Amino acid sequence: MIENLIILFDEIYKVLFLLIPVLVSVAMIVWLDRRVWAFVQKRRGPNVVGPFGLFQSLADALKYIFKEIIIPASANKVIFILAPIVTMTLALISWAVIPFSEEYVLADINVGILYLFAVSSLGVYGIIMGGWASNSKYPFLGSIRSAAQMVSYEVSIGVIIINVLLCVGSLNLKDIVLAQQNLWFVIPLFPMFVIFFISALAETNRPPFDLPEAEAELVAGYQTEYSGMMYAMFWLGEYANILLMCSMGSILFLGGWLSPINLYPFTLIPAPLWLIFKILLLFILFSLVKAIVPRYRYDQLMKLGWKIFLPFSLIWVVITASYLFYFNLLPVN
Amino acid sequence: MKISRILKTILLIDFLNGLLIAIKESFKSKKTLNYPFEKGKISPRFRGEHALRRYPNGEERCIACKLCEAVCPAQAITIESAEREDGSRKTTRYDIDMLKCIYCGLCEESCPVDAIVQGPNFEFSTETREELYYNKQKLLDNGDRWESVLAANIKADNPYR
Repeated sequence: MIENLIILFDEIYKVLFLLIPVLVSVAMIVWLDRRVWAFVQKRRGPNVVGPFGLFQSLADALKYIFKEIIIPASANKVIFILAPIVTMTLALISWAVIPFSEEYVLADINVGILYLFAVSSLGVYGIIMGGWASNSKYPFLGSIRSAAQMVSYEVSIGVIIINVLLCVGSLNLKDIVLAQQNLWFVIPLFPMFVIFFISALAETNRPPFDLPEAEAELVAGYQTEYSGMMYAMFWLGEYANILLMCSMGSILFLGGWLSPINLYPFTLIPAPLWLIFKILLLFILFSLVKAIVPRYRYDQLMKLGWKIFLPFSLIWVVITASYLFYFNLLPVN
Repeated sequence: MKISRILKTILLIDFLNGLLIAIKESFKSKKTLNYPFEKGKISPRFRGEHALRRYPNGEERCIACKLCEAVCPAQAITIESAEREDGSRKTTRYDIDMLKCIYCGLCEESCPVDAIVQGPNFEFSTETREELYYNKQKLLDNGDRWESVLAANIKADNPYR
């Protein structure tokens, strides 16, 4: 009995050691996003709360906690309340398989990338539930758009992942990173990296693909009827998802925790820091794109997903596979 | 579509150009002010918070002619006057409802003795409505507080009046 409890608490501590840094970094990343956006537009961004405005997100979160939660009279209460919880939970549970270094990984499972892909596909449920349960037209339209968008782009992300898997021969995220010891996949699979990045933007509903919450047409999309902490949970889930996509990109293509060159000054920096650097780099690119690219029209978005990305990544799978087969480079297990 | 156009799209040339410009611009100096610590320059004619001025010997300028009360389009000013022991006419009451005021500057323009003026202060927000019903004492205090700036502004604007 006692032994079981000890094991349980041990696990809980491990989870907390992962989740609390993730949540704090989500808050920081919101600040970074706003800062980068402001800098591109020659504004200052949040710079008052704390040093350089670092605590702005914490102040916002505090404000959200004390705000009243309004549930529309015609809403389906249970699903309405469940939706933000689902979004945030799904955004957070995927962090379990992200390897921060060879030792630091919560769940070292052999289907790591499949798990990540599955959980990120489930993310759309939170949005659909929120949009449907609000029982109001803007959230409904927003959630329908977002569902269609996420489903379309998941297909091409799946095919891109197949490209990487062909080169690795394993679904384990650790193996994927270790396979890049000599050459990061971003170099041989560069077009796939670009498509992955753009699909990740669409997958996380970031500009220029933020149609589900296009404020000019849909007020705030599926978040329109939400207020207070429930809104904040959607918001946290969204940014946790963005961070997750960035870490997925750095693990699949940028060599995860590996240093760029396996030489003396680079190896001094601990492995998790390298992963964090890469995530930050990708995230800054995310925010720069938000600042410079205008929003896509809906038909353009669908055309890009189905008529360009999907065929292109499928062709690339064939190219990769034939190359590996012809030169006898297939990873054999 | 021309081939050059297709190539441009595939290679994301326009996007990369935009990215380069965005990165360049983000290191340039900021166009916005760091507001509570930095403030923009305002004109001498700026129409901010009202103030009643005094002569250098401490006498109130206002002669209770009620021109400002008459001209005020929002009817925000209320004046009552009485004769003082020395025979001069002075106000006994000079109220401005700052919530009614539309900051048009007609009171300042109509004043023959430059008594009521609108100063450079625009940061006088309060937490209750009552605090914005200014009385004579408040307006005179404002005048005393801002006198140096007010005098300088009137002098700077003098050639155009």
